[in-house]
Amino acid sequence: MFAYTVRRVLATIPVMAIVALFVFSLLYIAPGDPAAVIAGDQATPDDVERIRASLGLDRPFLVRFGEWVFRILQGDMGVSIFTNLPVTTMIQQRIEPTLSLMVLTVCLAVSVAIPLGVLAAWKQGTIIDRAVMGMAVLGFSVPVFVVGYVLAYIFALELDWLPVQGYTSMTEGFWPWLENLILPAIALGGVYIALIARITRATMLEVLSQDYIRTARAKGAGQRSILFLHALKNAAVPIVTVVGIGVALLIGGAVVTESVFAIPGLGRLTVDAILRRDYPVIQGVVLLFSFVYVLVNLAIDLLYTLFDPRIRY
Amino acid sequence: MDRRTLLAGAAAVPFLPRFAVAQPARARTLRFVPHANLAVLDPIWTTAYITRNFGMMVHDCLFGIDADFEPKPQLAEGIAFEDGGRVATITLRADIRFHDNEPVLAKDAVASLKRWQKRSPMGQYLDTLTEELVALDDRRLRYRLKRPFAMLTAALGAINAPLPFIMPERLASTDPFQQIREVVGAGPYRFVANEFNSGSMVVFERSASYQPTPAAGQGLLAGPKVAHFDRVEWHIIVDAATAAAAVQAGEVDWVENPPPELFPLLRRNRQVKVEPLNPLPLSGILRFNHLQPPFTDKRIRQAFLPAVDQRDAMIAVVGTDSDLFKTDVGVFTPGTPLADDVGLEPLKGPRSVERARQLLREAGYANQPIRLLAPTDIATPAALSQVAGDMFRRIGVNLDMVMMDWGTAVQRRASREPLDRGGWSALCTAFDAFDFLNPAAHFPLRANGAGAWFGWPEVSRLEALRDQWFEAPDLPAQQRIAREIQQVALDEVVYVPLGSYIQLTALRRNIEDRVVGPPIFWNIKRG
Repeated sequence: MFAYTVRRVLATIPVMAIVALFVFSLLYIAPGDPAAVIAGDQATPDDVERIRASLGLDRPFLVRFGEWVFRILQGDMGVSIFTNLPVTTMIQQRIEPTLSLMVLTVCLAVSVAIPLGVLAAWKQGTIIDRAVMGMAVLGFSVPVFVVGYVLAYIFALELDWLPVQGYTSMTEGFWPWLENLILPAIALGGVYIALIARITRATMLEVLSQDYIRTARAKGAGQRSILFLHALKNAAVPIVTVVGIGVALLIGGAVVTESVFAIPGLGRLTVDAILRRDYPVIQGVVLLFSFVYVLVNLAIDLLYTLFDPRIRY
Repeated sequence: MDRRTLLAGAAAVPFLPRFAVAQPARARTLRFVPHANLAVLDPIWTTAYITRNFGMMVHDCLFGIDADFEPKPQLAEGIAFEDGGRVATITLRADIRFHDNEPVLAKDAVASLKRWQKRSPMGQYLDTLTEELVALDDRRLRYRLKRPFAMLTAALGAINAPLPFIMPERLASTDPFQQIREVVGAGPYRFVANEFNSGSMVVFERSASYQPTPAAGQGLLAGPKVAHFDRVEWHIIVDAATAAAAVQAGEVDWVENPPPELFPLLRRNRQVKVEPLNPLPLSGILRFNHLQPPFTDKRIRQAFLPAVDQRDAMIAVVGTDSDLFKTDVGVFTPGTPLADDVGLEPLKGPRSVERARQLLREAGYANQPIRLLAPTDIATPAALSQVAGDMFRRIGVNLDMVMMDWGTAVQRRASREPLDRGGWSALCTAFDAFDFLNPAAHFPLRANGAGAWFGWPEVSRLEALRDQWFEAPDLPAQQRIAREIQQVALDEVVYVPLGSYIQLTALRRNIEDRVVGPPIFWNIKRG
């Protein structure tokens, strides 16, 4: 197990290298010019050229890539072309809101979706099952930003229960932190809840038709015990897999959610950097997201051994 | 105490700090949503409006124009001319300090002006006239000019980006094409660097060392700048609907630039007022690329004019409320001293696509492709591009309308290549009212070929008139030259004016005494 974990961690190095090369190449060939954005609408072409030269953007691809890789190997992600701040500083400024949003969303989604999926499977074919699956379809179909606007309108503007926008650090208190994240987490969690609920239902239905469940019933086991001890534990592997895959969904959804609720997170940082072609920031954030995704997948693989003792690495 | 009361009290505990302690601090804080994210902090390095507005918070200039565009002293105490106007000695006010508590000295002003003179169009002209710019002592600096320049104080107090902000010499001696990494100003508010989070929040605190000028003056950059708020926060909210909701809910006090579709919603809220940000309108333009056929031909450029409908363009930008836009607009901002309707005949009266087709045939248009760069993510250029695209289609030209984001558009517009090598034919954008006040700052009016703004027109007569305008001794002379400039510019179709529009802003009703113009944070207060 330890050797496997070490191997997997080491395997992230070539993955990250490929991601780095891919991202750098993509940005190199993509249209856009940070010098033109910096110079502003009133600048002349000559001004733009001189700014481009001062930023070193006129140098060849290999020189720029080599410098960037060299710096990355030293743990230096570079400096934002626009703000002059180190990329690591900008990421540090933004990581807490995104992490908070994602953790809260995962907690909310798992705590809502799994019971709903189990309930739907248990009550298969009933109105409850249809209602849960109907909500799941709705969760998949309605875009995050629409859910966000509707929630903000009802709970912030009309009822005045929660703030419209913004983020407060947890260091300023638990409730101020939570009240800013409730609506975004619900908005972002919609698709995630739908996904996990459907997978939970499908897997539970399969497990509930197994012989050992029938045996458990025959032995007089209670419904709760059958559902949560016998069935759910055996259905856990696919559910955990989906939870892990869903992290990618969350990263994508966080970009939109952070914009709608003006949360200063990594998603917003990424969009801002892309729109103004702040290459070092884009590269840094994409590398970070890739790293997180690789780690999440590793964690999921390791979790399999907890739920299914037959799995050994 | 019964159980319910106890529980209710306990539940209220988390709220206590917000209502009992934080409320007075909130009242002394102005929360503002700017039109864009602030990324660059050097207002000389970039001409972006957001950085200009940032500069006005933390920096100050020697002079500042008032609401009538008259320059008034700010950091300067006064100016004395000698040698028939060739020598100008500017004396700084006593005891003015930067935010690092260092005194503002003449050497700081000299270094700052020299840097500005490399980047600003007005400054560049002044640079060509400057024989010498030196600090005589701590409080006096001297310009020695090749010839008298009547607009010297107007140039030093101009509101067009980049403004001639005064910075410490150690910073101002930075190459004008390199970004200054530190913000030390002498303006009414101090930038709080450790709370800066680009894309989220910019924080300013009232500068304890700032002394408002005792000089008279009112409006824009002139007169005493009194900071009534202890703290100003710029909340970057990119989503317009969220920003509108925030001002309705009282989470922010002021949204600079809500989009027109939200005006009715905001007006329905009794706690919010919607008013013109600046009584002077912004201007939309359609620019042809004078280097690429068919727009190398003046007759073809002229042929489109009968089909150009400024009203269509303005409705696309601000909606149908005719109080919010002006048509029959020339090259200078309507309502300002140089604005005139001379030469506007091709843009006035009934519009005719058929007439445009006929003129195009007569001019020998041979169905060459016309590539319109159409950004989609910045509202005004996007709307203007749609209207221009529609006009081109109705005329029946061979249109290639390329949709893209603004970041791509600003790169592609720099290409002077033919269309088959990534070049372009036409683009639309808009400019601030102050950019079109006069020929000095008017970028699209330049017609010096390769040195001109994107599209690169070359009209020597226009450049000669611009030089004459700089030398004009008084306003009537300036106006006479400006009329001729407009006539030549429209005849040559250096660009096509698409009308002017008023930008509305939304504030909480208790915010009073705002200085109209760009977002200005002195004198404004909470009622």
